[in-house]
Amino acid sequence: MVREQSRGPGSGASGAVGRMAMAAPNAGSAERFTQAVMPHLDAAYNLARWLVRNTHDAEDVVQEAYLRAFKFFGGFQGGDARPWLLKIVRNTSYTFLERNRPAALAEEFDERVHGQDAPALDAEATMVRSVESRMLREALEELPVSFREVLVLRELEGLSYKEIAELAGIPIGTVMSSLARGRERLREALLRARAKEGTRGL
Amino acid sequence: MVCDDNARLLHGYLDGELDLVRSLEIEEHLKSCPDCAQELWNQRTLRKAFRAASVYDRAPAGLAERIRAGVVQQQDKGAQQEASASAGASVGAAEAAEEREAPKKAPVQPIRVVTSKRSAWNWLAVAAAILITFAVSWRVAPELSQRRNADMQAGVQADVLTEEILSSHIRSLQPDHLYDVRSTDQHTVKPWFNGRLDFSPTVRDLSEDGYPLVGGRLDYVDHRAVAALVYQRRQHLINVFVWPEAKGNEVAMQTKSVQGYNMVPWEGEGMYHCAVSDLNKGELEQFTELLRK
Repeated sequence: MVREQSRGPGSGASGAVGRMAMAAPNAGSAERFTQAVMPHLDAAYNLARWLVRNTHDAEDVVQEAYLRAFKFFGGFQGGDARPWLLKIVRNTSYTFLERNRPAALAEEFDERVHGQDAPALDAEATMVRSVESRMLREALEELPVSFREVLVLRELEGLSYKEIAELAGIPIGTVMSSLARGRERLREALLRARAKEGTRGL
Repeated sequence: MVCDDNARLLHGYLDGELDLVRSLEIEEHLKSCPDCAQELWNQRTLRKAFRAASVYDRAPAGLAERIRAGVVQQQDKGAQQEASASAGASVGAAEAAEEREAPKKAPVQPIRVVTSKRSAWNWLAVAAAILITFAVSWRVAPELSQRRNADMQAGVQADVLTEEILSSHIRSLQPDHLYDVRSTDQHTVKPWFNGRLDFSPTVRDLSEDGYPLVGGRLDYVDHRAVAALVYQRRQHLINVFVWPEAKGNEVAMQTKSVQGYNMVPWEGEGMYHCAVSDLNKGELEQFTELLRK
């Protein structure tokens, strides 16, 4: 159904980085490195910001991720550095969250609570007519990290399912389901927010 | 309510990630299922909201500088460790640092030596070049100026063509102008041109490389009907215009940036090709390399 067969969770981010040699950076490689990865700084920061949900922490995470990327740069095969860099940013973000905000990773999405009001609405009420950026940001911020992550990679970075699968170490089918559920949750959150502000529909 | 079976696939469809068979099935289903059609519409509206600049968080000023400084520091540290490891325990840190500095200074002097040795030869070479220039301009100058006229004409022609192609590209981005045939399958797109053009453009599927084919259409460039193939890279659309080379009508287009769009032309297989996109130049060139393989 989907073009690519998944590579399975084994091809996870940490696995790929682990395989790379810990080659000491040679003289001159700093220049090559910055040329390859500096153009992707916005992407790196955007992902880190949406994963750790705090601007200061995101800066720290990105700085650390770049230093790690520099260390592993010998193992970079060339080509598009963006997915490669984003994978390291993602891993660094998760390490940061594990250490400093374990609750953010453990947050469970209670479907019985959050899912209950959606089916009761008729088609007219669930219609998404327009969405304000502010509301979208708030709704995205509240999503569990696994949904938030695929949405950011897909909608903001424009990565393909295959790239997301490789980056997050999940099968391609799971990328599609996570996007489907993530978007559904996002839409419900937007509808709830709009209901609070007293208007039907969006 | 959206049909359970299709709920997930609808997202694959929205993202352009389904194969042709599934895409067509979903399209068929959408015709008969207003709920799913509505859901797709909802999701597209949501997607538009993501495009708003204020959802994307750009790196703050100064971060790039801090990272560069950190990388240089780490590189120095690495070089220092390497140097002290290779020099052995008896070498102090100061000497290791000196050793590290050495390669940077080294290249300056040898170059100077080489220059002085070679200078006599260089003068001879200059003299010879002047002689040759005289000889050549004497004989060839009239021919050259003729050719320059022809070049200028070709240049003007190329500029006109560049503008035509750019306008076609921009027009194609307006709603409902992009495709005559919308398909991700090269075996659907290529035959579609049969009977519509007097040549058959090469259509390649580059989805494996991250440049999926999304469709094709007829366009009009260089006073003739041409094929326009549409590819996609993330959210960037790429138009590839293809038309046959004509004898006596050579065009010399060049890779260039116009109004924020990049254009990469090339000739091959008896055809002119020109890729246009707002995609960055590096990736667009990579894309054309893949197409030419």
